Formats: sequence, structure tokens, C-alpha cells
Amino acid sequence: MSDPAPYDASANRPSPDALLAALRRDEARARRGQLKVFFGMCPGVGKTYAMLRAAQQELRDGTDLVVGLVETHGRADTEALLAGLPILPRKPVTHRGTVLHELDLEALLARQPRPKLVLVDEFAHTNAPGSRHPKRYQDVIELLDAGLDVFTTLNVQHIESRADAVRQITGATVHETVPDSVFELADQIELIDLPPETLLERLREGKVYLGDRATAAAEGFFKDAHLTALRELSLRFVAERVDKRLRELRAAGPVQTVWRSGERLLVAVGPSPSSTQLVRWTRRMAAAQGAAWIAVSVESSRPLDAEGRRRLEQNLALARELGAEIVVTHADNIASALIRVALQNHATQIVVGQSRSPRWLDFFRGGSLVQRLLRRSGPIDIYVVPSERAAEAARTWLDLRPAANSPAHEYAEVAVTLALLTLAGWFVVPHAGYISIGLLYLLAVIALSLRVGRWPVLVAGIVSALTWNFLFIPPLFTFVIEKFEDGLMFATYFAVALIAGQLTARIRASERHERLREERATALFHLTQALSAARTLDDAVFAALRQADPLFAAKTALLLDHEGGNTLTAHFAGSFTLTEKESGVADWAWRNRKKAGRFTDTLPSSEGFYLPLLREDQAVGVFVVRVAPEATLTLAQRDLAESFATQLALVIEREQLRAAGDREKLLAESDKLHRALLDGVSHELKTPLAVLGAAAENLATADAPTRAALATEIRTATRRLNRLVNNLLDQTRLESGALKPKLDWCDAHDFVNAALDGIRDSGTPPGTVILGVDPESSAPPPHDSLADHPLEISIPDDLPLFRADTALMEQVIANLLLNAAHHTPAATPIFLAAGVDHARARVFFTVADRGPGLPPAMRDRLFQKFQRGDEARAGGLGLGLSIIRGFVMAQGGEIVAGENPGGGAVFTVYLPYAPHGNVPTE
Amino acid sequence: MTAVAAKPDILVIDDEIQIRRLLRLTLEAAGHHVREAETGALGLNEAAVLRPDAVILDLSLPDMSGLDVLRRLREWSQLPVLILSVRDGETEKIAALDAGADDYLTKPFGGGELLARVRVLLRRAQPAAEPSITRFGDIEVDFTKRTVTRAGTDLHLTVKEYALLRLLLQHRGKVVTHRQLLRDVWGPGHEEDTHYLRVHMANLRKKIEAAANAPAFLKTESGIGYRFTAE
Repeated sequence: MSDPAPYDASANRPSPDALLAALRRDEARARRGQLKVFFGMCPGVGKTYAMLRAAQQELRDGTDLVVGLVETHGRADTEALLAGLPILPRKPVTHRGTVLHELDLEALLARQPRPKLVLVDEFAHTNAPGSRHPKRYQDVIELLDAGLDVFTTLNVQHIESRADAVRQITGATVHETVPDSVFELADQIELIDLPPETLLERLREGKVYLGDRATAAAEGFFKDAHLTALRELSLRFVAERVDKRLRELRAAGPVQTVWRSGERLLVAVGPSPSSTQLVRWTRRMAAAQGAAWIAVSVESSRPLDAEGRRRLEQNLALARELGAEIVVTHADNIASALIRVALQNHATQIVVGQSRSPRWLDFFRGGSLVQRLLRRSGPIDIYVVPSERAAEAARTWLDLRPAANSPAHEYAEVAVTLALLTLAGWFVVPHAGYISIGLLYLLAVIALSLRVGRWPVLVAGIVSALTWNFLFIPPLFTFVIEKFEDGLMFATYFAVALIAGQLTARIRASERHERLREERATALFHLTQALSAARTLDDAVFAALRQADPLFAAKTALLLDHEGGNTLTAHFAGSFTLTEKESGVADWAWRNRKKAGRFTDTLPSSEGFYLPLLREDQAVGVFVVRVAPEATLTLAQRDLAESFATQLALVIEREQLRAAGDREKLLAESDKLHRALLDGVSHELKTPLAVLGAAAENLATADAPTRAALATEIRTATRRLNRLVNNLLDQTRLESGALKPKLDWCDAHDFVNAALDGIRDSGTPPGTVILGVDPESSAPPPHDSLADHPLEISIPDDLPLFRADTALMEQVIANLLLNAAHHTPAATPIFLAAGVDHARARVFFTVADRGPGLPPAMRDRLFQKFQRGDEARAGGLGLGLSIIRGFVMAQGGEIVAGENPGGGAVFTVYLPYAPHGNVPTE
Repeated sequence: MTAVAAKPDILVIDDEIQIRRLLRLTLEAAGHHVREAETGALGLNEAAVLRPDAVILDLSLPDMSGLDVLRRLREWSQLPVLILSVRDGETEKIAALDAGADDYLTKPFGGGELLARVRVLLRRAQPAAEPSITRFGDIEVDFTKRTVTRAGTDLHLTVKEYALLRLLLQHRGKVVTHRQLLRDVWGPGHEEDTHYLRVHMANLRKKIEAAANAPAFLKTESGIGYRFTAE
């Protein structure tokens, strides 16, 4: 037996998942443009200079490049390097009277041919309001997505996770930051390093900033100590990244060592500004450990006010940008919630901020957050990061207020209630004693807690206790309590008032919270219900948008792409119309399959919030919510809007599938119809042709009597062919709209006679009496003739003239008579009658028979084409009645089929009637 | 060969060889002499050179429309012309009749019908002095006295009824369009008043016909006009 060599080999094989991820990354890179970042520690190290040199080299190598935007700050040597490079004109954007010159992204993307490489300076720049993206790095991402390579420049202070560190070093707050996740996009990083002394020297020579700004800058930012720290920061940052890339490469290659990071960090994020710092700190920790991290927000039953909510969302957004997974959970006990989430997500470390809540509150809660965490954490490490801004604490304290009413109003309510009660108590106390006054105060405090927030209640409790003590508990007008039982009562009162106030406030808050959640659940329930009840897409959209408007207190609209078309069309159910500019945003959201507009990073200055309706890999439409400019959508509402979009996308998918099914069914139907038509036509054409052929062949050799019979057959066959062709032509004429009836004054006798003549001429041999069977005719009655049916005509002599197309009416009458003859047994009578219904201003013609009548099931389909009576005799395509109806309707009339009283069928033709003008007698 | 000379000459202008052959068979069997032309230009030429007794003309010809042939022919000749066409719309029929055709027959047609129409054409082509008295059925029309009698009894026709009957009798066997009847009887400007015609024609039939609902003489051509026939 040989060694099990394959097993040894497999031990070094890279994991399939890692390989796949690496492959995907390579694929994505192949499609995307390449991003090269010229990275430096601070302004003036020569990033732009280095970038332009590299560009010059690329130009010499024949790369098609364009300078999207480069800031030279008037530096001569930099400007010299611009020479020879094609420069894209900047886009002037007017903002508050100032004209700013921004990167013209649209022009760049529209440029033909597309340049291979674009130079965009200052990666972290914030665009002028009203631009497509708020940040320049978003412009760059779009360029990369479009497949263009980009060179850009960036300083270490602009890296989101390093911004804090830079501020601590230099004391200057950095506003323009780039998320680390964006920086991760860089395919190449070129570190532009310069010793601080050299930089300072360049600064003194005026090579960095111009004029007096140079000195000011040097005194602020450019201190030797700062520069050394910044340099270290940037070097380490790049080194870390290199390390990370190395690790990635290693993961894609064979696994040689055990991957150390089972580590997973969890950070608790709240609304306070210190959370921002916490998030950044965690990101640095996670990056250093190569660990994943989770940001958790615990929503308590106590709702946040608008400002707190906004800050919480900001913090969560920051965490998301920095690469965290976001978890939002609901619980009143923060500590247990954090532990729960940590265990669920296999977090190994929990990061919390230093608690700033007062000790006494901690006491009520059973210890501070950290204490409570430590008690339950088990194997999980707890990191406590000190709060940097203690001054913020006082402010956040106040932020804990419930947001329902205006606080001033609530305090006023407390004051008025207590004042009235005190006044009343003054009159009651001689009769009831001061203890009952205390009970009244307690009642008032609890009653207040049902109406006002927890802090006004707290104030009410304290003030009422003090007032009670001062005014009612002897000795009066002092805060002194003499009797022990009074003291006990006072303390109990105090505690009860506080607890009751807190409890009721909490119940109320939790109620409100529940209500919000329920509203949301109800809205979704109603939506799905309405959507599943809707029979058509239009119904569904209508139902959805009608619900959405009040739910979001907004105007909503839906844009759909039709049949995978190239444009979005607004659905009529929308409650507003998009302007051209707004349509552009919708289009962007649709094409990029990303949210856009207000509350997002893309075109946030637009009026609407645009949610693409995603279905697998494509967007089938865009859902738009437009709230008034002063109003906003909460995070929950935005979530709800996304759920709406998802539901709508599902419905659209369902509808499209159904439409596809319908089309298929229709296709099958029309296939069936075609087959029936082909069968019918070929049978109808070939039978007389066969007769003609055979008869003609026999004619030459036949004897005289046979010859006569053959001649009759030939005549019958040609008549049948002729009628078939005429019917097909008439049907075609009707369907193509080529039939234009010529309405003229008609005498019913005229066309009835003409119809009878027509049947007679073509149907029976000359001389045959139409109204009866010719006893002498030895030949079988010709096909479809009236010869074997007695015909009773009753048309009043004084039937007035009416307007119709005589020729069409002749055919209508002839066809109805032949139809009756065809479908009834021989020798049964056929009745033709006419008359005027003056009351309803119409003339009518009836053709009745004594045949088997019309099967009820047949009656609906009777006038459709290619319908033949079930027991119809051979012959006919089933076009006759369809043509009759077409002719009658073309003349503004109608035809009705019914049961003849006494048996048989009756067809009635109605035509409009109006008397004609006078006819001069002479 | 006097016998040959007595045979009426019929010129057939049709591009379909099979139709020409069929017409030749039918007409020659009935004792006519048949000439053929397969285009409009050739037909006009033949008509001018041969001076036939009647022309049978197809409306769809390869070089020019049958209507144009008819108009060109009517510029110099009153030859009787029978239109033979697959087009069966009233508009086409009226247009042809208004352009000077004497009759119109739709394909497919019966041999007997064709021969009957040709006979009518040829009779009209040799107008002897118009007879002063015409008889059909038991009706006698005296054009000089302007009386219409049935078996000796005066039928008391009104002026318009008499005018209508006279006009149809003058074109006996031939379709007279509504337009022509209205213009001739009521005068220009009344061409659209078809209800005049219907009312008077109904009255006329009541007086002339044995059964007004099944007229034997005054036939309706649906959507086109009327025809007097006594066959």
C-alpha cells in the first residue's frame, strides 16, 4: 500500500470559501476601474505632485487620461506638471452667491471615447450642495463602477477611523472624512513620505501655502511634534493595510497556520456623541485584530426625542460605513440585551462607553451597566472606553425626556395642578387633617404621571413633598419634621411618588412603543392583504399607494419599467408627479439598484426618497416617498418604506409571471383557432375543388343524362366556393375596418326581394317555385337552398323607408334565411317578418324557424367567428352569423338570437329608424 | 359570306386568357363573333379599327384601368359596353355606370346571364325608330298619348311615375342609377333625395306589378339603381 498522499495534499489546500471570495474580488476588480491613492500624512508632502508625475508617465505610455480635477494651490512646480495633460472643464455650482467649481461627473461619464484614467484630487472633499453626491469619493466610486481608473490623493487625517487620533494630536477637528470601507477600495496605495524637517523647510520657502496663510498654518497644524505624530500615524496605517492584504493573499493561498481570529467585537451604540468615538475605537480594535465587529443599538421602551434619534442613526450609519454589522434590538434591560446579542453572534468582546448615569440611578437598576454586564458576561471580555467629553453628560441627561409634549407646557401643567391643590388643601386641612392632604398630593402626582413626562413628574413629586412638609406638616412653615411617624410618612410619600411616577411613565412609553410597532405590523398586514386581494397590477399599486400616503404622511408614487424597457414610466396611481430633475434621481436609483434621494448619500438634496424595487438581479421599478421639506421620515418609517418596496416588487413579479402565463394561454388558444381555421378552410375549399375536378374529368366521356347531373354538381360546387370566398372577404373587410356602409333610404321590400332573387338565382334552377318544394325537380335540392322550406313573409306594405345600406341588408337577410334553412329539417317553415317599433325608434326584421332551436350554451358564442352549430351539417366555416352581426353593427344596429315561442330559433335584427322628410307628390 | 357578316362582333378586353377562352366558347356557341384584346391599349386600338358591335371590358387590366379605357372609348364612341369584373362593390359599379358603361356583371357569372345581358346590349345598339307603343305583360304604354293601361284600363300614373317608367323603358334591360333617375325626373340638385325615388317607385310598382312585393318588371339593383326587364 502506498502512502495516502492525496490526504497530505488536501491539508494544504485553500478553503473553497476563501478561494471563491478571492475570485469574486478579482472578478469585481476586473470590471471596476482601478483606484490608486497617493497617500500622505498632511498637506504639502507632494501628493498632487506625485500624482501628476505618474500621470505624465502614463501619458507617455499612451494611456488615454483626463484631469478631472486637480488643485495646484498655485504651486509653480505642480502647475508645470499639468502642462500637456488634457483637462476637463470644471462645473460651476452656485451656492449662496458663491460660485464653486466642482468635478463635472456627468461630462466625464458622457465623454466619448471614455478616458481610461481620470485624475481626481482630494478624495475626501465635500461637494457643493446640490451636486449628485455629497462627497467626492462617491463620485470616484461611480467612476470606478463605470470602469474608469482613478488616481486620487488623501491625507491620513481624512481617514474616518483615524480622525479622532488626528484631532487628539493636532487639536483640529476634521470634518471631511472618508469611510475606511471606501478606502479599502484602493487597489494601490502610494505613500508620499517626507521628513518633517524637510516639510517645514518647504513651508518656510512658501512652497506649500501662499503668503500669510503659510505662517498661520505653520503655527497651527504644522508643528514639528504634530508632524512626527502624523507621520507615524500614516506610516502605521499603510503598514496595517499592507498587513491586511498580505493576510488576504495568505487566505487565498494554502492554509498553513491556524487563523487566529475567532475574535468578534460587539460595541453598544447609543445616541450620545461619545458613541461616535466608541465606534471608531472599536473599528481600530477590530482592524488590528482582523476581527469582525457588530454595532448594537438597544431600543428601550423609552422613546428617544428627534435629536437623539438623529444622533443614534448617525452613529449607526458611521458604524455601517466603517464595516460593522448592525443589530437593533428591543429591550428595557440594556445589559442583558447586549449579552444576548453577543451570545447569538458569537461575540468575544463587548465594548461599552463609561457610564455617565448618576450613581443613585445605578442603584435602582441593580448596578451600573458595566457592573451588570460583568455579572453576566461569562467568557466574554468587556472593554470600557472612557468618555472623552464629560461636559456632554449634562446635556445627554436632559435628552432622556420623553418627546411627546413641549416640556414647558408640561412643567406649567405640574405647577398649576400643585398650586390649585395647595390652595384647596388650605381650606380642607382644618376638616380632614394634614395626612389626607398628603394622600391628595400623591394622587395628583400619579394622575400627573399619566399626562406628563418623567422629569416633570419627578419635579412634581419633590415639590409636592416639600410643599406638604412646609405648609401642612407641623410645625408649619418650616421644613422641620418633629414627629417620627411624620418623618416616616414623608419618606414613604417621597419614595412612592417617585416610583409611581417612574412606573407610570414607563408603562406609558412602552404603550406608545407598542402602538408604533403595532401600527407598523398592521400597516404591513393591510398591505399584504390588499396586495393579495388585488386582481391586477394596477389594483395592487393603487391599493398600496393609497395606504402609503397616510402611513408616511407623505405623497408617494411608483415608477415601473414596462416589459423590461429602457425607461421608467410613472404609474397613474401616484399622488404626485415627478419633476424632470426628480425623475433623474429615480432613474439613478433604478439603474444602480440603490436607494437615492433624501435620507441617503446619493443626491440627498432631492425632494423624494427613492427605493428601487429589487427582484433578483434587476430593479423593476422605483417607489418614491416625498415628505414635506420640514418633515422627516424616522428610521422605522424608512424601514417600513423598504418593506413596502419589497412587497411591491413581489407583487410585480407575481403579475409578470401571471401575464407570461396568460400570454402562453392566449398563444395556445390562438393556435387552436388557427388549426380550426386551417382545418375548416382546407376542408371547405378542397371539397368543391374535388367535385369540380372529378366532374370535369367525367364530363367528356359521360352520356347526356349524367352530363346534366354533373353540370348541376359543378354549379353547386362553384356556388359553394364562391360563397366561401365571399364570406372570407367580408370577414376580412369587417376586421380590417375596410367596410364602410353607405346609408341610404331603403325600402325593405327592395332588399328582401333582391335577397330572395339572389338565393333563387344561385340556389335553385330557374323556374323553381321558391316557396315550396318543386315536385318535378329530379335533382337533389342544391346545398343550402331554401327550396325545401316553405317561406312565409310578412312585411307590411306601408313599412316606412329607413336608412340602411341596401346591399348589406340584402346579404343579412339572405344569410339569415340560408342559415335557418341550413340548420332546420327539410319542409319545416321559415318565417320572415318586419315592422317598426316607433316607441324605440327602430325597425326590426325577424327570421324564425321551427327547427331544434339554439342550445343555451351556444347562444353566447353564436356570433363569434368559426362557430358552427354542434350538430351542423357539413359545410360552412361558421362565418355566416359573425358576418351578419358585423354588417348589422356597421349600420348602427344590433342582432339578437332567441327562442321562438312554440319551438325553434328566432333571429331579430334591429336598425335605427327616423322618418324621412316630405316627398313632393308632383 | 353574308352569314358571317350578319354575326355580331364582340370585342373582349381581358388579360385573363382563361376568361377570354370561356367567353369565346360561350359567345361563339350563341352565334357571336369574338375578338380578343389583352391590354387596354390594344383594346382601344381594336375598337377603333374593327368597330365591333359591343365590348366586354374587364376593370383590372395590366396597362391601364378599365375605367380609363371606358372613358377614352366614350370620347368618340357610343358602343355598348358590358363591364365584367371581380369587384362587386356598389361604388365601383356606380362609377363604371356613371362613366358610361351600359351594364355591369360580376365574376363569377353564369353563361345564361352573360348571354342575356349581351342580347340586351346588342338590341340597344340598333335602335330602330323608337316605337310609340310598348307592351309588357298585360301593360301597354303609349308614349305619344302618354297613357299606361292594363287590359284597356287607364292606370292613372302621376307625372313623376310616368317619367320614371319611361326612363326605365328607354334603358330597358339596363341598370339606371339612382343618380340618373333622380336628376332626370326631379332635376339637378335632387341627386341625393333617394327617398323620393323609393316612395314613387313603390307607388309605381303597386300600379304596374301584379305583386308589388315580387316585382316582375321593375327590378331593384341593390345600392345601385333600377332595371326594367321583361324577360
